[in-house]
Amino acid sequence: MSESESMGSALRLEIKSDPAELKHVRTEVESFARAMGMTEESAGKVVLAMDEALTNIIRHAYEGAADCPIEIDLSVRDTNLHVTLRDYGKRAPRENIHSRDLNDVRPGGLGVHIMTQCMDSIDYQPAPGGGTKLIMIKCLRDSDNERTNGLQP
Amino acid sequence: MTDSPIQTVTWEDKVAVVKVAGDIDLHRSASLQHALLGLLDEQPSKVVVDLSGVPYMDSSGVASLVKLLSRTRKLGVSLVLLSPSQKVKSIFEITRLNSVFTITDSKEEAMA
Repeated sequence: MSESESMGSALRLEIKSDPAELKHVRTEVESFARAMGMTEESAGKVVLAMDEALTNIIRHAYEGAADCPIEIDLSVRDTNLHVTLRDYGKRAPRENIHSRDLNDVRPGGLGVHIMTQCMDSIDYQPAPGGGTKLIMIKCLRDSDNERTNGLQP
Repeated sequence: MTDSPIQTVTWEDKVAVVKVAGDIDLHRSASLQHALLGLLDEQPSKVVVDLSGVPYMDSSGVASLVKLLSRTRKLGVSLVLLSPSQKVKSIFEITRLNSVFTITDSKEEAMA
């Protein structure tokens, strides 16, 4: 069961690492991003990046356990949407977090590539007390996005 | 509870048309993959996966379809993805798998 709290230009969700939670998170995040002025397309990209990040946490940090905590914070700073995901699971070595060769057609390993394509920046940080903090940023306005980021492959 | 992502399977000669429904994410992709791979035991000549009822798909759903593609290629079975929504198309574009799969919006073309 998840808990959510919305405070104007911020949203906080506390969920368990249960894949059944993902649909609810997508709905909340899309609704918040749209309320902050993002286009449907941009909000969709934030939702996809978030979903991929949560999938990685569930699969890798918590190794499939469904009852571990994940904290999700969204906030608007200047013209950017900041998304922070905090887990308390196993840390992946930083050098292991990267996109893979897309010419190698095989299942899996696409999450980080999708996240980097959908967001302007992503940054994994070791969190104090264990686990990982993932910070993802995206401009609220498409025009700002096109001007400043490297979204296109 | 994970409800089945497969809404219907219909056969036209040796062509299996699989209608998938609902979001395909980590919660439901394993179930989708299991059902799709199981269908190959029926020895179809072609599998048409109708995605018109799928509003959202993440990389775990894409991985299930890549697994199906790999298996169908080994067996000499054709695979077509029919009528994905724009949102679902975009994940195939982001992962550049749109050029690997046969994707069409035309049922006639899918069945040909």
